[in-house]
Amino acid sequence: MENKDRRRERIDRGIKVRTEGIYAIASWQEVAYLLLPRLVLIVGLLILPIVIPSLYWKRVISIVSIYALLALGFDFLSNFVGLVSLGGAFFIGVGGYIAAILNKSLGLPPALTIPLATLGGAALCTLLLLPALPLRGVYFAIVTLMYPLALARIIEALNIVGGTDGIVGVASFASKWVEQYFIIVIAIIALFGLRRLVNEDIGLVFRGVKDNDQAIRASGLSITLYKAIAVFIAAALGSLGGAYFVHLYMVAGISLFALDYSIIPIAAAVIGGGGTLVGPLLGCFILVPVSELLRAFGTLRIVFYALILMMFIMFRSEGIMVYAQRKYHQFERWVKV
Amino acid sequence: MSEGAILRVIDVRKSFGGIQALMDVSVEVQEGEIFGIIGPNGSGKTTLINCITGFIKTDSGKVLYRGKDITNRAPNHIANLGITRTFQIMRPYYSLPAYKNLVIPLFSPRARRTGGWRGGGKLGDRDAVGIDILEEIGFERDSSVPYKLASSLPTGYLKRLELARCLALRPEIILCDEVFSGLSMSEIASMVPLIERLQMSGITLIMVEHRLRELFSVATRVMVLNFGQKLAEGHPDEVMKDEKVREAYLGSEKVLDYTFQ
Repeated sequence: MENKDRRRERIDRGIKVRTEGIYAIASWQEVAYLLLPRLVLIVGLLILPIVIPSLYWKRVISIVSIYALLALGFDFLSNFVGLVSLGGAFFIGVGGYIAAILNKSLGLPPALTIPLATLGGAALCTLLLLPALPLRGVYFAIVTLMYPLALARIIEALNIVGGTDGIVGVASFASKWVEQYFIIVIAIIALFGLRRLVNEDIGLVFRGVKDNDQAIRASGLSITLYKAIAVFIAAALGSLGGAYFVHLYMVAGISLFALDYSIIPIAAAVIGGGGTLVGPLLGCFILVPVSELLRAFGTLRIVFYALILMMFIMFRSEGIMVYAQRKYHQFERWVKV
Repeated sequence: MSEGAILRVIDVRKSFGGIQALMDVSVEVQEGEIFGIIGPNGSGKTTLINCITGFIKTDSGKVLYRGKDITNRAPNHIANLGITRTFQIMRPYYSLPAYKNLVIPLFSPRARRTGGWRGGGKLGDRDAVGIDILEEIGFERDSSVPYKLASSLPTGYLKRLELARCLALRPEIILCDEVFSGLSMSEIASMVPLIERLQMSGITLIMVEHRLRELFSVATRVMVLNFGQKLAEGHPDEVMKDEKVREAYLGSEKVLDYTFQ
């Protein structure tokens, strides 16, 4: 090949100064260069429910947004704190049941149950995961997977909080527009909030925990404390999704502990590109609708689904957003070796 | 002996399985001195540092800091008291730029309480304080070095980054685990004045070293460990005349002339 004595060279566009995250902005073009991708994403998400008329697909967007919250939490925990969490189902379930119980037994409206379930669910999840925090890698993952399985069986066996029937008749949202936009806006806020957080000083501590936990202790910081804060943040996002889900479908059942909530965020992170935060969000917007489209094939859809995932892992294992960001932020040219 | 000791280690004992890493080691370090710990490989030097800083739990014995018992407390508690350490195998945050590495120790309760580097009052921007510390320790502010990812820095800078992490905590004591090892002669030559400067600023240094010549040029007292036991303690020249020490280092009657390493 004629490519043998040439190699590709990548050069950062001049807008970056010295290091990641410091920009020198001198013109409107450069402002646009930075703002455009963000605006496209935000505006795109906001007009999605307007351009899609079908009620069915509007509901899909809501579900996608819930998955997006889980995927953001997963990406944050795994790529910025070093905790591989399969706890999506756990967070959704705990948040969902708390919201349902608050609504049914105390008669609180969604405007109160959702924030309460978010904070209470996050606190409860963090508390239950506290003993597992010193664990790393796959061991932590197993514990987070165990909780939703165990809780579902406990509810079933003891016939508490509705048992296998679940809690039915949970209040719905007052308006269709609130119902639709609430979760989209939350997903956008979560995305940009997390992106800011990981570059704040406390975010650097989180990244330090992933990089080198012994150095964190030598720096006078408690590893467990910062892992707990990180788990609280991810659990809050998941619990919020669960609480919203319960009010959306007006029912809380043990299907809230379904493994989909643990697995799809991981698949979304693989497709979208882990460590970018925006990638897993976009991954959800690809994966979940594709899964809906494939419903026509019945059970065969799992096969197609698996094929799509395999293709991504084999040919674009870095993920869409890592690839796209590289193309956007760097020149490429061929140079003679 | 004296009550003015900043750090007292009393009969510390530690074994790993059947291996006695430390056997009733006692030592006192005076405030403001540079105290060397030397000994052959596997003599328990790093274990002693780990026991003092809480990274491993002692089996028995006590560690007193200004008369206060800190035995077996969590490493982060001990660091917040001002007893900091470097690691022999450097442990920077590889995915962060050098100056961002310092934001993390500056986030600790101690750094927040004591304010910025050398300045009292409210801590300023942690990035700026981090770059100040790096400059102090030999990273040129106007070069690109402080802004490079830690993963791309050479060993010499990583050793300095280890010290910088300690300095960010505004330490009383720094325990240096082989800061000279793996460095070239010129890098060591520039490191020695840095160590002296730290001592002059009032920091007590405890240095584990294999590079005896450089250590003896700065240390006020040294202790020799062998197989977890203290062989000798005192001024470097006296210690090196000790028969047992020579035996431990050379295993023979040859005269050890440490000026030629």
